Amino acid sequence: MNLSEETLGKIDEVIPRYPEKRSAALMVIHLVQEELGSISLETCEWIADKLDLQPINIQELVTFYPMLREKPWGKKHIRVCRTLPCALRGSYGTCKTLEEKLGVKEGHVSDDGEFSIEFMECLADCGEGPVVMVGEDTYENIEGDRASNFADLLVKGKLESSKEFTSYEAALVSDAPAKSKKGKTE
Amino acid sequence: MISKAKEKLITINLDGKEVEVPAGMNLIDAAALHGKEIPHYCYHPQLTVAGNCRMCLIEMGTPMRDRATGDPVLNEDGSPKIGWVPKPVIGCATNASPGMHVKTASDVVKGCREGIMEFLLLNHPLDCPICDQAGECRLQEFATDYGRGYSRYTERKNVKPKRTRLGPRVMLDDERCILCSRCIRFSQEVANDDVLGFVDRGSFSTLTCFPGKELANNYSLNTVDICPVGALTSTDFRFKMRVWFLKETKSICCESSAGANTIVSSREGEIYRITPRRNDQVNDSWMTDSGRSLYKSVKSDDRILHPQIDGADDSLENALNTSSGLLRDKKVAVVGSCRSTLEELFLLKRLSTLLKAKNFLRGHFGDDDGILQSADRTPNLRGALVSGFEKEYPSDNLKKLNSALKKKQFEAVLVVGEDLIASGIDAENLMGVDLIHLATHSNQTSYLAKVVIPLLSHFEKTGTYVNRGFYAQSFEQAVPGPAGLIPDIQILTKLISLIDPDCSISSNPAELWETMSKVRNSVLKGISFSDVRKSSIHLDGSNWKNLPFVEKKALHFEPLELSSD
Amino acid sequence: MSAQKRKVVKERRLILKHADDPKYSNGISSYLKVGGYEMLKKSLKLKPEEIGEEVLKSGVRGRGGAGFPAGMKWKFLDRKSGKPIYLICNADESEPGTFKDRQILHKDPHQLIEGMMISAYAIQAKQAFIYIRAEFFEGAKILERAIEEARAKGFCGDKVLGSEFSCDIVVHRGAGAYICGEETGLIESLEGKRPNPRIKPPYFPAVLGLYQCPTIVNNVETLCNVRHIMEMGGDEFSKIGKPNNTGTRIWCVSGHVVKPGYYEFECGALTMGELIYDVCGGLLPGRSLQAVIPGGSSAKVLRADERFKGTLKDGSDFDWGIEDIPLDFDGPMAAGSMSGSGGVIVMDDTADIVEAMANVNAFYAHESCGQCTPCREGVLWMRKITKRMCAGDARQDDADLLLSVANQIEGRTICAFGEAAAWPTQSFVSKFREDFVKKAKNPKKKKGSLQLI
Repeated sequence: MNLSEETLGKIDEVIPRYPEKRSAALMVIHLVQEELGSISLETCEWIADKLDLQPINIQELVTFYPMLREKPWGKKHIRVCRTLPCALRGSYGTCKTLEEKLGVKEGHVSDDGEFSIEFMECLADCGEGPVVMVGEDTYENIEGDRASNFADLLVKGKLESSKEFTSYEAALVSDAPAKSKKGKTE
Repeated sequence: MISKAKEKLITINLDGKEVEVPAGMNLIDAAALHGKEIPHYCYHPQLTVAGNCRMCLIEMGTPMRDRATGDPVLNEDGSPKIGWVPKPVIGCATNASPGMHVKTASDVVKGCREGIMEFLLLNHPLDCPICDQAGECRLQEFATDYGRGYSRYTERKNVKPKRTRLGPRVMLDDERCILCSRCIRFSQEVANDDVLGFVDRGSFSTLTCFPGKELANNYSLNTVDICPVGALTSTDFRFKMRVWFLKETKSICCESSAGANTIVSSREGEIYRITPRRNDQVNDSWMTDSGRSLYKSVKSDDRILHPQIDGADDSLENALNTSSGLLRDKKVAVVGSCRSTLEELFLLKRLSTLLKAKNFLRGHFGDDDGILQSADRTPNLRGALVSGFEKEYPSDNLKKLNSALKKKQFEAVLVVGEDLIASGIDAENLMGVDLIHLATHSNQTSYLAKVVIPLLSHFEKTGTYVNRGFYAQSFEQAVPGPAGLIPDIQILTKLISLIDPDCSISSNPAELWETMSKVRNSVLKGISFSDVRKSSIHLDGSNWKNLPFVEKKALHFEPLELSSD
Repeated sequence: MSAQKRKVVKERRLILKHADDPKYSNGISSYLKVGGYEMLKKSLKLKPEEIGEEVLKSGVRGRGGAGFPAGMKWKFLDRKSGKPIYLICNADESEPGTFKDRQILHKDPHQLIEGMMISAYAIQAKQAFIYIRAEFFEGAKILERAIEEARAKGFCGDKVLGSEFSCDIVVHRGAGAYICGEETGLIESLEGKRPNPRIKPPYFPAVLGLYQCPTIVNNVETLCNVRHIMEMGGDEFSKIGKPNNTGTRIWCVSGHVVKPGYYEFECGALTMGELIYDVCGGLLPGRSLQAVIPGGSSAKVLRADERFKGTLKDGSDFDWGIEDIPLDFDGPMAAGSMSGSGGVIVMDDTADIVEAMANVNAFYAHESCGQCTPCREGVLWMRKITKRMCAGDARQDDADLLLSVANQIEGRTICAFGEAAAWPTQSFVSKFREDFVKKAKNPKKKKGSLQLI
């Protein structure tokens, strides 16, 4: 298993934050998944070894938590909230639009590996539903024609530069050095 | 284990009746003391409390106290007013406290059980006719006792893996699994082998081993025993026999000095399986996998089935007469076995005293797993000490006997069980020595012996072993021995009376125990055969505290020098 | 809705005072400019138990859903065990319909950090954690950054502000599981295990929490309130809102209203009707109100034409329509539901109730951890029934069956998830029975309803 020096460094930094090594499991899995896209069985063993655990202890987590993956999503992973508040505002239709335009069914990865769509349970942004996440960015009120435009821009790879859609994250006021918060994928 | 029964007794009200139970005992165990069953799946007295099956839901209340004064609140009739917990509570995680009121059969409780049973069976395949657990399945039993008797479920059942090989001895049917987590907790807490886990979640949670790993530890079959349903089954036992045909005999594991209490299950003289029997002082509810397969030697090809003189089959009477002729008025060495019973060793000691013989004993040792496979791989080394047959701690050979033989100090050797050649005796030193071999299985010694007398295997006789913790534990005959063979103690008493017709000693265990307990300074003083048949009896081992016992600290066992008492 | 003119109640922003100020950044400079960390300085000069007293006096109730008084929770803390004490901020916001903590975490993280450090000092915590849901990718980064800033200024970490008190905050990300919002499930998750909630007794976090040590788990908004309690004093704080319902509450409105969003009001300052019609601009044109779930999807649904009658704690009788329900802790409770985490989900007449039920059941079936039998099996069963009903195979007795299944779950599970999953079904089916019965005769979706499942 090949992990970058950067990830390895972050892993070694995160483990001692916890009074007990095992507590770092989720954070280490996140770090590894951010780089590799998913947690294979071999990766489970590597992480278990790192934390003095048994591989089953890691596999139990990877299979429990929906955001941990045994197989990678597409390069751009689209999360659509399907829970009641978003559904009341049309999220099932939004998902259908995205499925059609992106050419991939919910729960799957497109043949070219470019896109994947996942129905999510409540993303805690119900006031602006339907909520759609692209990678780490949250887009709001993606419904009807807006959903159509949104999907078109996604397909063209122009969502990040579009004026019509600004993510919740990009709209935040921050002192942090300006950096593009857009278009990151997991 | 959340609750540990304490000695102090308190009074609780169980279904309207005041009863005494140990303070702090959980309500499942407390109710059981008074004959009330609180059905449960996930609770196991020797594992941590998980509380997940919810089958043991009951109603519970405690005497109310005035918040301000702390005084008990009373009803009009002066009885304490009970504050019932509004929701049912789980018996496994509720500990008895003084004045507690418990309802185990109310309508609420019945409703809970009906609901839980219905839920447990929703995604269960209901394949009892082809399930090995049938007959000892808690799902079957509780469905009958506490279920509604019908299901309202018409949706599709979940599909999960069937016939998964978890390890060399354990098979898993995930569709039957009720996710009680007993096997996982056992593996973590007792076997120290964290290989099992649940993957996925919700109703799709699935018991599994990490791919490439196996449930292969020497305790894996305990997961089968504690699995309350037919999810985990024994590769060895499955499909061999319906459990209701099996005769169960109380026995003791003869694998090592741990002395796990067992049940030998047989039908028509054939043993089908060995399972552990609960003993909280010795083995809790566990035993080794290796101990379970020992019965296979009963039918092995090297079994000695006929007495032999000079290599030819002969009658037992002739064999005994020839033996006594070879032993009488000779310089005799007696080699005993730590695998003989306490009673047998006592008789062997009598015999050797009559013969003025010198006793020898060897041990058999291996690694100690710190649980129930101890470094002493014989069941009764301490029995050899207690019986007076041996005072010294044996080594793993008979080299002392070898040097004595070399010096021609013995004319005859009576050997029980052991193989002299494998014990460091040079064959040439046995030239001109009359060998009498009493054994269950043939070995190099039986080929060299002038007389061979067949013995019964552990499973074919009754007797007592003294385990590493100096617990005297008796076991019963599970199956009849091969045709024509008589119990070892009868062979020994016959030999004794042939050597000295005046010495009358009974082969009746009760009378034998009476004799044993009367030996001066015996640690068996005051103990009768019926006592030891009833339960394990702790003997005073302090006489031997300076011997170099090899066992390590293990489940319910502290080496003598380490123990506090 | 009557056309009668109402007095429009104004928001009182305490927690979200600065959140939506376009000049207010989530960096420490903005926070310091508005008096940030002054309350930490003040608190460190007090004895820890004095802070606890103020919180107790304030009457502040937990904002995570259960509404348990925070000061009482702290009182239960086992301080004599000699074991280290831990503070955990529950930032796993995941009750459907709730999105208030998101605003705090992303827009005013220092307020939370200050609240946490004061609380950590009050309970003498050795270490604090923020358990943040993994979908808040940026939120976690913002918190990390904010903690670094605070640490650099001595507001957290070793020897806080030169005092003898040390406590650091670790940001811990979840991974998409609703059950991690349950405090003992959260603790298991933080220990690196599957988040199976623990049995209580004996595992009350205040005694046997993280690593079997005394632990306090508080919601984001609750911890922010601690800062304000220290600013105004417990007594003064308790004057905001109503007795037993003190402070402000952030109501998160979603669903079929013109202006959904989050709105902070003094507890009990307005009614459900005022929130929906005055604050949120009412319903979409031509629609009428059908139902409201007042406190996140776990709360029992309220029917628009229901009457709510009974006697309040103060002895006064009430007879409310849905619009009259006062928005505090006790109002929705009196109406047979709860204010929960403050998530108000509004459904107009277009919503197909059976589909809405199926949507909610799908959520709980997906989120059940699967540890205990009634929840694991019952919730999936309810999902299967309602899904089948929406797929054209509804049966006459489905309503009764659903109710019975829900009743077999409620009160029999390890954690409150059982209730959270049973209450929606119990209330939907009993209050909209005709919709469920109708499905058997006419399986078509209600006209005008969006697809909900």
